Amino acid sequence: MGYTLNFGAVWRDFDLLLSGLGLGLGLAIVSIFAGCWIGLVAAFAMNSKHVLWRRVASCYVTAIRNTPLLVLILFSFFVLPRLGIRLGKVESFTVTLSIYAGAYLTEVFRGALLALPRGLREAGLAIGLTEWQAKIWITIPIMLRNAFPALGNNFISLFKDTSLAAAIAVPELTFYARQINVNTFRVIETWLVASLMYVAACYLIAAGLRFFERRLAISR
Amino acid sequence: MVQPILQIENLHKKFKDVEVLKGVDLSLETGDVVSIIGSSGSGKTTLLRCVNMLEEFHQGRILIDGEEIGYSGPRHKARKESEIARQRAMTGMVFQQFNLFPHMTALRNVTLGLTKVKKMPAEEANAIAGKWLARVGMSDRCDHHPGQLSGGQQQRVAIARAVAMNPKVMLFDEVTSALDPELVNEVLNVIKDLANEGMTMLLVTHEMKFAFEVSDRVVFMNQGRIEEEGPPEELFRKPKSQRLAEFLKSSKF
Repeated sequence: MGYTLNFGAVWRDFDLLLSGLGLGLGLAIVSIFAGCWIGLVAAFAMNSKHVLWRRVASCYVTAIRNTPLLVLILFSFFVLPRLGIRLGKVESFTVTLSIYAGAYLTEVFRGALLALPRGLREAGLAIGLTEWQAKIWITIPIMLRNAFPALGNNFISLFKDTSLAAAIAVPELTFYARQINVNTFRVIETWLVASLMYVAACYLIAAGLRFFERRLAISR
Repeated sequence: MVQPILQIENLHKKFKDVEVLKGVDLSLETGDVVSIIGSSGSGKTTLLRCVNMLEEFHQGRILIDGEEIGYSGPRHKARKESEIARQRAMTGMVFQQFNLFPHMTALRNVTLGLTKVKKMPAEEANAIAGKWLARVGMSDRCDHHPGQLSGGQQQRVAIARAVAMNPKVMLFDEVTSALDPELVNEVLNVIKDLANEGMTMLLVTHEMKFAFEVSDRVVFMNQGRIEEEGPPEELFRKPKSQRLAEFLKSSKF
């Protein structure tokens, strides 16, 4: 198989790969934050007494979850400008990923809300809190703690999904790896390094999440 | 005549098609301690939850200190949510399952209502909460989370949380039913102390001995109605109705 590994070409552009990794992380962080807000609102809408809210929220989740992320990315990048909505590629991708994350987090939060004992809300109301105050001080903080492991899982998925941004030339890790690959023909080395960078980053994120999970855990 | 602090008039409540309260009248004056007894399904807990507006009701009125709660006017119009929240604070509720906020310390459980509902500054709220936690014997557990406390300790914090809001009427909903037998007394003793100090209370309980000792009056509910009402000596010693006699026999009083 006469192929000698030579990482020199990849190391030369390692800073590019690193900056790509950083951008991917940044995009995932922004998207999980935005997605949390969307998911929170949609989850309450899903559990709402009003049919209209439930319908709107479940249409959103159905539409987004049943469309491949790559298609969503291409849709917002190529179709939205035709409808007069012009966004840069990074902005377009961030918005798409946030909406995508929101749909999954809606389901995560909806489940976590249903799992809360009914008595907690009632105990809040009983001391005179309004429904809003009970949500803000009791329901949401407890729900978020319970949902944290699933939230972390979603974050790691989202981070890996940022690789799809390469399809619209967002300069993240996969984009640079492809560029280096094309320029140097060091196929194995390039993709090996890129993969290992994803693995290492995800591993560190997971460790960090576990640390926070222990800190946040409600002692029982 | 003294105006009753809590007055329930002709209360009707349905769950779907099942009528669980079929016209209940009950009235408490300030300082009264009234226990509601009866078999499960008789509507005791539902009655208590109506007073705290955790359940809607379909007919009748509940007045606290002369103010109609939850609804207004002869057409039984539901009040606004902010109104209801304000009126709810006139009663304090202690639940069977404690329902302490698990993400907050014992102290914060008590101060939450003081700071968010009564808008007290933190120092004042902490002082009041500290005082009440001391009263229920929980001073040394202020910084503990509910998960680190025993059932009896949790329930005592829950009592402190409710009384700290200075309600006009305290409602106790089978507060010892979820406790291990050896923890029941520490909770009952706290309630007894509060009763002796003149706090107005409406209790639903399965502890017949406790109801006998602490109550000014006992109410026996059966199938959504008040079947018998009177001083504990009369009710427990000389039950008038067959149902109450059977109930007392089966609860081994």
